[in-house]
Amino acid sequence: MNWGSWLLWGFVATLVLTTIMAGSQGLRLTRMNLPYMLGAMFTPNRDRAKLIGLAVHVVNGWLFSLLYIAAFHQWGLATWWAGAAIGLIHAAVVLIMGMRLLPGLHPRMASEQQGPTVTRQLEPPGFLALNYGYQTPVSVLIAHLAYGAILGAFYTIPPAA
Amino acid sequence: MLSIEEYAAIGDGRTAALVGRRGSIDWLCWPRFDSPSIFGALLDAHGGCWSLAPSGASRITRRYIDDTNLLETRFDTDSGALVVTDLMPVASEEDKGRLLLPDHEILRVAECVLGEVEVEMRFAARPGYGRRPGRIRHAGRLGVRVEMGADLLALRSDLPLDISAEGQVRGTARLRVGEAVHTSLTFADDWPAVFPPLGEWSRAAIARSAAWWREWASRLRYDGPRRDMVVRSALALKLLVYAPSGAVVAAATTSLPERIGGDLNWDYRFCWLRDAAFTVRALFALGCTPEAEAFVNWLLHATRLTQPELRILYDVHGNAPEEERILEGFAGYQGSLPVRIGNAAAGQRQLDVYGEVIEAVVYFVEAGGTLDRETERTLCAFGEYVCRHWQEPDEGIWEPRSGAAHNTHSRVLCWTALDRLLQLHANGHLRRAPAALFQKNRELIRREVEARAWNPDLGSYVAQLDGDRLDATLLLLPWYGFEDAGTDRMRATYARVREALGAEDGLLYRYRTDDSPGEGAFGICSFWGAEYLALGGGTPEEARDLFERLCRHANDVGLFAEEIDPSTGAALGNFPQAFTHVGLINAAVSLTRRLAGAPPLEHHLSRPSGLDLKEAHV
Repeated sequence: MNWGSWLLWGFVATLVLTTIMAGSQGLRLTRMNLPYMLGAMFTPNRDRAKLIGLAVHVVNGWLFSLLYIAAFHQWGLATWWAGAAIGLIHAAVVLIMGMRLLPGLHPRMASEQQGPTVTRQLEPPGFLALNYGYQTPVSVLIAHLAYGAILGAFYTIPPAA
Repeated sequence: MLSIEEYAAIGDGRTAALVGRRGSIDWLCWPRFDSPSIFGALLDAHGGCWSLAPSGASRITRRYIDDTNLLETRFDTDSGALVVTDLMPVASEEDKGRLLLPDHEILRVAECVLGEVEVEMRFAARPGYGRRPGRIRHAGRLGVRVEMGADLLALRSDLPLDISAEGQVRGTARLRVGEAVHTSLTFADDWPAVFPPLGEWSRAAIARSAAWWREWASRLRYDGPRRDMVVRSALALKLLVYAPSGAVVAAATTSLPERIGGDLNWDYRFCWLRDAAFTVRALFALGCTPEAEAFVNWLLHATRLTQPELRILYDVHGNAPEEERILEGFAGYQGSLPVRIGNAAAGQRQLDVYGEVIEAVVYFVEAGGTLDRETERTLCAFGEYVCRHWQEPDEGIWEPRSGAAHNTHSRVLCWTALDRLLQLHANGHLRRAPAALFQKNRELIRREVEARAWNPDLGSYVAQLDGDRLDATLLLLPWYGFEDAGTDRMRATYARVREALGAEDGLLYRYRTDDSPGEGAFGICSFWGAEYLALGGGTPEEARDLFERLCRHANDVGLFAEEIDPSTGAALGNFPQAFTHVGLINAAVSLTRRLAGAPPLEHHLSRPSGLDLKEAHV
């Protein structure tokens, strides 16, 4: 494993993913704010939650990139399209499974079954995170494709000893 | 077909069903308010229903069990009496974590309380507005199953059930005093489905649900005239809260007509920003703080995709409602066509919504809420948008389909938006507000309204600048603090509005134009009249008298639709209607404060004594 390459490109890919998601919010394509969602697990304060969530998200991004790199090593191949293919699967898992499981994991997120008790909580994302806007799945998909493509394009598999 | 007022509502914080006086559930959309109907007999005889009642003639009385949303209908027959209890079981989130409960259920229990009664159940599910016929089959002890793609309806009962060739389920039994039948309908879109047992389990669900509602109602803070109606209104409003997001839908139904046989039939299963300030104020005033905070949270979150522009309505998750279309094949309530789903008003422009949303945020702050930096930026962006656009025409609060105009109410709400932002700024909640810009535009708006919305020939404020029409929204000027209720202008305006828009027994029409010919008197407008008097436009006795007369227009279980036919007292429009119940609560709160000698609620806000423009300018 090329540790330096992983640290560098795992970080860059995570930053690009986060930037695409933040840009999607800025362009009013989605209300999904991953750093805030993650940070709200630790604090209800929105400003602090975003900072904490950003840190957690970067660490997550790094850790997830290990799975990509493990696949590259398994295949003996690291290309942009191989990374993007894993990104596609990653996005599907996040949207289809992750978003539905999140209310069960998140202490400050309502579930689709909440009610009639109401508390000021995060809205559940729903299937494909569609509750955060109809274009959310597209934003998540593009962000993960870019994440995988960067890892695949720039991570270098060290030559066999 | 029953009259609209012959229905009552049950719900669980995600959807609501309408139960007719004769024991038939004629409206149900699952899993949420704006889902396609499963029972739609309200709008078409073949739309599906679920009836549980004695098989012969009976005398019917009904009520909600005290301080709950559990409906109890008593049928007195020649041979005995039957009491049917209808509910969507509810539980605390803790109980849900402890017990294995279905996500969506309607529970109906029929108990013979006198003599003997033959009870009959008829069940005809017509999913997807009657267009998505499910596969129905008898599953023995698991009851009758209606499979609709990946979704499942399961009907279970201790009555023996038969399925006819047309897919109708029927069951009968002769009950003696003390005997009961239990029936449960569950909806599952998440597998495997949960089937709660019947019998004792059903009774436990009733007890648990009643306790939940009573505990919720016990937290209501109100001690004034017609407490019973205020508590019922709060419970009705609670039925229209979508708990997962905190949104409040306008009503549980679509296309109940504002004029029987007419085409004023709209889909109200969405959330109108217009209702925001009224609703939040009512919720905070009654001590429903979690609901009020959740709704403000929803307001700010749901509108994020369009900010700083605001649409006028959203679905429960803040997305645009589906495009309005006509539901072919439904005959309409008493022939009132078309039946619409979706709402084209979503594309309209209402400049008043900025004032409504900002006012709601002020109530939130006054109740102890704090604003994060993103919300501060959002509010300032709203204010800047108002400064850029307040001079423009809009469709206004009533969403006429006849085009835009320079509406007085919208102007006053633009003034309200800037006024409240300046209050927030002065109190340190909006540190970076462009106060000079807001103050300048606030004054410009005031000057324009005072000059152009006052018609000296008529001796009244008028609905549109330089116009001569009257509108019930003019009674809200004191409510927003734009003008005191006791000024000569407001008293004259009230008198003109009463003359032009008044109906029998204190009711008020919202306006008289060609946009909605033949519609009924408007529920909330009528309560605005009572509230205007309570705010200082009349004596406390006048306000109380009018308020109590208006309360008598509720149906037998205390619910209101959008409108009331002044000549017959019949309910018109979608049902139950949050806006009307919010109007009742707000009028009651203002009246109580007046009777107690307290200042009107909107004046309790700490108002800025005057801004130093140099300091405020950024």
